[in-house]
Amino acid sequence: MSETFAFTLNGRPAHVAGRGDAVLVHALRGDLGLNATRFGCGAEACGACMVLLDGTPVQSCTLRLDRVAGRSVVTVEGLGTAEAPHPLQAALLDEQAGQCGYCLSGIQIAAAALLARNPDPSRAEITAALAGNFCRCGAQNRMIAAVQRAARSLRGETS
Amino acid sequence: MSERVLPASLRDNPRAEQWIGFEPDRRVRLATGKVELGQGILTALTQIAAEELDVAPGRFRVVSGDTDAAPEEGFTAGSQSIEASGGAIRLVAAEVRTRFLEAAALRLNCAPEALRIEDGAILQDGAATALDYWSLAPLVDLARPVTGTAVLRTPASFRYIGRALPRVDLPGKLFGGGFIHDIAPEGLLHGRSLHRPWPGAVLGPLDEAAIARAAGGAVEVLRIGDFAAVIAPTEALAERALAAAEARARWSGGTPRPVVASEPLALVGAPATDRLLEIPARRSDAAPAADRLEARYLRPFLAHASIGPSVALAHWDGKRLDVQTHSQGVGMLRVALAQALGLDPAAVSVHHRPGAGCYGHNGADDVALDAALIARARPGRPVRVQWSRAQEMSVVPFGSAMVVDLAAGLDTHGRPVDWTMEVWSGTHGQRPGHNGRTNLLAAEALPGAVPTPPAPDVPDVAGFGGLRNAVALYDLPAQRITHHLIERPRLRTSSMRGLGTHGNVFALEGFIDELALRAGEDPLAYRLSLLSDPRARRVLEAVAEMSGWRGRLAGGDGVGWGIAFSRYKNRAAYVGLVAEIAVDQAIALRHIWCAVDAGLVVNPDGAANQIEGGILQAASWTVKEEVRVNEAGVLTNAWEHYPILTFPEVPEVTVRFVGDPADPSLGLGEAALGPTAAAIGNALAYALGARVREMPLTRERIAAALLG
Repeated sequence: MSETFAFTLNGRPAHVAGRGDAVLVHALRGDLGLNATRFGCGAEACGACMVLLDGTPVQSCTLRLDRVAGRSVVTVEGLGTAEAPHPLQAALLDEQAGQCGYCLSGIQIAAAALLARNPDPSRAEITAALAGNFCRCGAQNRMIAAVQRAARSLRGETS
Repeated sequence: MSERVLPASLRDNPRAEQWIGFEPDRRVRLATGKVELGQGILTALTQIAAEELDVAPGRFRVVSGDTDAAPEEGFTAGSQSIEASGGAIRLVAAEVRTRFLEAAALRLNCAPEALRIEDGAILQDGAATALDYWSLAPLVDLARPVTGTAVLRTPASFRYIGRALPRVDLPGKLFGGGFIHDIAPEGLLHGRSLHRPWPGAVLGPLDEAAIARAAGGAVEVLRIGDFAAVIAPTEALAERALAAAEARARWSGGTPRPVVASEPLALVGAPATDRLLEIPARRSDAAPAADRLEARYLRPFLAHASIGPSVALAHWDGKRLDVQTHSQGVGMLRVALAQALGLDPAAVSVHHRPGAGCYGHNGADDVALDAALIARARPGRPVRVQWSRAQEMSVVPFGSAMVVDLAAGLDTHGRPVDWTMEVWSGTHGQRPGHNGRTNLLAAEALPGAVPTPPAPDVPDVAGFGGLRNAVALYDLPAQRITHHLIERPRLRTSSMRGLGTHGNVFALEGFIDELALRAGEDPLAYRLSLLSDPRARRVLEAVAEMSGWRGRLAGGDGVGWGIAFSRYKNRAAYVGLVAEIAVDQAIALRHIWCAVDAGLVVNPDGAANQIEGGILQAASWTVKEEVRVNEAGVLTNAWEHYPILTFPEVPEVTVRFVGDPADPSLGLGEAALGPTAAAIGNALAYALGARVREMPLTRERIAAALLG
């Protein structure tokens, strides 16, 4: 049965029609036209589809629309843009932290959540926060360096 | 300069206009047959063109991997793009600059030597003129073949080559969109395909109405022989339809995979094509053998395991087929699609689009045929097909399992006096077009399809497949190397990053370590005593210095250091690599140091990114990965069954380039894979005081090695 689900998406009201058991990743990439959230496995195993749900990173490939209703969702599009990047996004570019780039959306989401609660994360804290995000190209060390660079930037230190 | 041998890419695409064009708004079109896979190739090729043309890199518009608009340069594979496409672009750009300078000299009535170019503008004796590439373009014939005789810039005058320019493609991938998965033309249909779980399997009836009911929407089922697909207007519905169809699909017949006790050992004794490769002696002081050492090393089947599933779009207008793909070879895919569909290749256009990480012959080509088959059944509608995670990890081609036996007779100083190697492996080359076959998965399921004959391996001139890096570069006696090319391995195998280099260097460099231990010598010193190539010595000495390598012998204290050397394909980049690990019950990778000699490095940061990525990917293969099968199919078809390296498991990595920029560029993207496996294996042997010769180096195998 098709219903309409209302939630906050990147700070603005959003509505999407569909079955309650439809999953958020398809709604984002389909009707809502936001392609930064990527489909990886459909089984909450790889982290490619991560979004912030009320500030917590979750995998959107199994997140039902009826669980999203009334809550707040932030995707990579809500973090920043090419013109006004989030400090984490600027740091990822500074470190050239990525190869194919497919995993980068989920990693941005998980790392942004870490930086929101920990202004000075250690390497071990960063890798623990990103433990649910796969990168097959092997750019992890650059991503770790980018999170540390972003943390310095957010603390107001010049890197 | 006139006797310069033209690169194959330039011989095949001789006209300057096939590579370079001058467009409005002071833009330059740079076309290449090589494609961006996340390795940064388009950035590096832009730097080369910018250097020789004297045009700022920001002015370039790059066209790549397009059967309608770019030169045909084969597959983007084998760490060859800088040497092949970069080599061609450098000659083309230099000659274009020369032709324009000659045209400007005619107009200005001066000698070409009085002129130079700065960001595309012609300067005379250092002063501005009214001329530039764009105003002169109508006067210069770019259709003329390039002769390759232009004078090239020297490293001392480089402005763009050798600099760490940021990747041109990365911002688009960071802020959303930019992938083939995101392309959604008006009227898009979403397809999902069903593929045989084993060769020759026959698909029973599929009830379209039942599938549509279960999926809860307007779903159509397409059947062509033993290929089937579901078609739906939305992605969510297509996914539900696929699940419903898979639950109802009944497969029978064909040749299910036999259950075997042990893989890869099942390769030994399987029907094979054998050959002997004999390498002449590099040392002539061979004495009778006083001692003898033999060892067997194993590598399992490995999966590409890209984070994103394979995708393709196709559109059939009744006469022409247009395909968008993340294939590594659009030209070969065009021919293969035409062959599979009974079309004239001229009626097929294939365009490369960015996909998720590509490490070889993955599902990109197969899914393109899936999309084309659906598109032909729905003329006028664009169709996008995406594979499921399970398909991505089960019906794709795999990197072959390998068994490598090594044996050496040793003199009284522990130096080899005879040397034999045997390699058992499936083919490492079964791409579209290889062996004259389409090698597209669905093609074999179509009515009237002829079963695929056993595939040959990658030719020697392409750097070998199963024997890639089997030939040791040490100063050895004659090497006798036997290759057993397994005719029908249990899984479809094809090209995966580095081909045989991962298994062979793991074995060779492990065996060299065993010889050093037997001789009671430090593994670095032992290697250097058998290595006269100065560039090989340099990478080993450099990595020893970087890592603080200390001569040591006995291990067994839970911390291990391992060293390894390889020159990729025995003709590309040289790599010396040291791994530091700790081992309790399982391996913890601590730090990997890598020294690389790749000659002239076009983009040092991009090159470092490739080496770092290769190290971490090979580390993942070596300590964690193994494809497992049973008679029903591939068991490791989900991440939970095929774990890869996670962030907490990633070692720190330090890379340094130690080559001479005056030496030609050498391919490096795959150069660290073998040495990574070997150095980790060697480090583990020192940490345990016992050697594990079977990858992956798991907790269970470590425990078994300790029990002896």
